[in-house]
Amino acid sequence: MASGSERILEVRDLVKHFPLTQGIVFKKQIGAIKAVDGVSFDLNRGETLGIVGESGCGKSTLAKVLMALERPTSGSVVINGRDIAKAKGGELKRMRRNIQMVMQDPYTSLNPRMTVGDIIGEPYEIHTDVAPKGDRRKRVQDLLEVVGLNPDHINRYPHQFSGGQRQRIGIARGLALQPEIIVCDEPVSALDVSIQAQVINLLERLQNEFNLAYIFIAHDLSVVRHISDRVGVMYLGKFVELGKDAEIYDRPAHPYTQALLSAVPVPDPEGREQRERIILQGDPPSPANPPSGCRFRTRCWKAQEICAEEEPLLQIRPGTTHESACHFAETHDVVHVS
Amino acid sequence: MSNPTPPVGPGLPETQTLIPDTTTAPGKEKESKQGKQGKPASLWTDAWYDLRRRPMFIISVIIILVLLVMSFWPSLFSSIDPYNARTCDLSTARQGPSPGHLFGRDNLGCDVYARTIYGARNSIVIGVFTTLVTTLIGGLLGIIAGFRGGMVDTISSRVTEIFFAIPSILGALLIAATFRGRYNSILLVIIALSVLGWPMVYRIMRAAVITAKNQDFVVAARALGAGAGRIMFRHLLPNSLAPVIVVATINLGTFIAAEAALSFLGVGVQSPDISWGLMIADARNRFLEAPLPLVFPAVFLSITVLAFIMMGDAVRDALDPKLR
Repeated sequence: MASGSERILEVRDLVKHFPLTQGIVFKKQIGAIKAVDGVSFDLNRGETLGIVGESGCGKSTLAKVLMALERPTSGSVVINGRDIAKAKGGELKRMRRNIQMVMQDPYTSLNPRMTVGDIIGEPYEIHTDVAPKGDRRKRVQDLLEVVGLNPDHINRYPHQFSGGQRQRIGIARGLALQPEIIVCDEPVSALDVSIQAQVINLLERLQNEFNLAYIFIAHDLSVVRHISDRVGVMYLGKFVELGKDAEIYDRPAHPYTQALLSAVPVPDPEGREQRERIILQGDPPSPANPPSGCRFRTRCWKAQEICAEEEPLLQIRPGTTHESACHFAETHDVVHVS
Repeated sequence: MSNPTPPVGPGLPETQTLIPDTTTAPGKEKESKQGKQGKPASLWTDAWYDLRRRPMFIISVIIILVLLVMSFWPSLFSSIDPYNARTCDLSTARQGPSPGHLFGRDNLGCDVYARTIYGARNSIVIGVFTTLVTTLIGGLLGIIAGFRGGMVDTISSRVTEIFFAIPSILGALLIAATFRGRYNSILLVIIALSVLGWPMVYRIMRAAVITAKNQDFVVAARALGAGAGRIMFRHLLPNSLAPVIVVATINLGTFIAAEAALSFLGVGVQSPDISWGLMIADARNRFLEAPLPLVFPAVFLSITVLAFIMMGDAVRDALDPKLR
C-alpha cells in the first residue's frame, strides 16, 4: 500500500455529545449521550486507518462528524489545513470534495428512483465546476468501469443490481469528486462473505490507483486487519489503543483489545484450541453516564483504585511500542497465530 | 428489437447478479428498453416511456381528453343548448328516452343528455382545480414540514389540525355563504373546498417525507453537499409521491360530490347554471319515478373519477422502477 508521510487529516480532541432533554415546549437539558468523547488521530495520504469497536461505541458518530454531517460539540477536523467542523456554506461544500463516504447498507444508500447514471452523476450536478456538462456521462461510465460494473448499465435502477454491485455503485459515487479521503462506515458488513472479499479487494485496488486515504470503520476485526495500515480501538467514545495493525493484532496492550481479539473466530480448529478466551462480564456502561477514570474499569480484570481516580491517557506505555490508554498496559499475544 | 443477446428487461431476474466481477466481460448487452444507446435516462423520461405503453394510462387519458373537450366545447356533442329555456318543455317532464332526447327529460322537461354534457364544465373545473390547489398547497407544506422538522413542523402541524377540526361541509358552507355574490360561484366553491381539503394531503405528504428522509441515500446526498432544494425535490419528492397521487385522485371525486352537496345546501353552483352535482340533487326527490335524470350525471361523474384514478394509478406505478 502506498503510504506517503504527508498528513491530510488531523483530528484533535473531537467531542460529540447528544443532549438529552426533557419537556416539550420548554426543553431542559438533563444530560448528554457522550457518543464521541475526545478522539484524536492523524491520517496520512494513501493510508488506511481501521477503527474497530463494539456496537454503540461511537464509530458511526465519529464518521458522521468527520463528514460534517453532524457538528462536533468541540474539537477540530482539519483537512489540508482547514477545519471542516467550522466550515460553512460554500467553503464546506468545497471541502466536501476532499472527503467522501461509502455507506453501510447498499440497499438504502441508493435512491431507488434514480438511475445509476443519475446517482453517480449527482456529485457533478452539485459541484458543477468539476466536470463540464457534456463530459459528465462519459465520466460516469468511466467510474462504472473503474469499480467493475458494465458501463452500459448506466440507465438501470438500483433494484436491478445485487448487494455487492450496489456497493460498487456507492463506491463509484464516492469516487466521483476525486476525494483524497474516503470514510467507509462498515462498507462490507451488509454483504455476503464471498462478496465482502471482492469489495475489499476493489477498495484496495482503488487505493493504489488513486492514492486514497481510508478511514475504515468495521466491527469485523479480520477485515480491518486485512485492509488497514493502522488500527484504532474504540470503547465508549474514546480510543483505548492506536497502533500499526501488527502491533494491535499481535501485541495488544490494552485489556479491552485483548478481550476483543480473543473473541475473533479462528477458522483453523487447531489454532482455536491454542488461543485464550477472555470473557468480559456485563454490558458496556451507558454513554450518558460513563464510569469515572478509566471507562473500561467496570469490566476489566486488572482494575485497581487508580483506574477509578485517574483517567489513563492515550500514550506510549513502558514495554509497548504504540499508544494505549491503560495504567497497566502490557503486551500480550492473545491469538497465538501469525 | 434485434438484440444480439436476449434482452435483459428490468423485471427479469439478472443472470449475473451472483458474480459481479463478470459484469464487464460481455460488454455487448444493450438496454432493451432504451431505444437509443447513450441517451441518458432519468426517472421522468423512463416513466413517460413506460406510461405510453400502459393501456390503462392510454384509456384513461382518452376519456379525460374527451371530457375536457366536452367541457370546453359542449356544443360539439349536443345540438340542444340547455341554457336556452325554450328547449325545455314542462309538459314532457320526466319523460323517458325518445328520439332526439336519448337520456330522457328531467323534472322541468329539459333534455338530460344536453344538461349532462353542459354540466361537465363546472363539475370538471371544480374537481380538477380543487385537486390541483389542495395537492400543491398540502404537498408543498407537507414536504417542507417533513424535511425541516422541529419548530416548522410543530407550527404547521398544529395549524393543519385546526383546519382538520372544522367539519368540511359546514366549513365550506360558511366560507361560501360569507363571500357569496362577491365572487364567481365556481371560484368560491374551489376556494371553499381547497381551504378545507389541503390538510389531508399535507398529512400524507409529511408522513411519507419523514419516512423517506431517514434513509441513507438522503445522508449520502448531504455528504455530497446537496442543498435543501435538491434533497427535497430530487430525493424526497419522488419517493413520497405515490400515496399523494392516490389520495389526490380519490379526492377529485370527493370534491365533485362535495360541490353537489354545497349546491343542494344553496351555495355553490345554482340554477340556471348546470353541474352534475346540481342535476343529481335536483333529480333525487323523484328518483323512484324517473331514475334516468339522476343515473346519467352520476354515471358521467363515476367515469370521470374512474379515469382520473386510473391515470393516477398508472403514473404511480410508472414512477416506481420496481413495478415497471
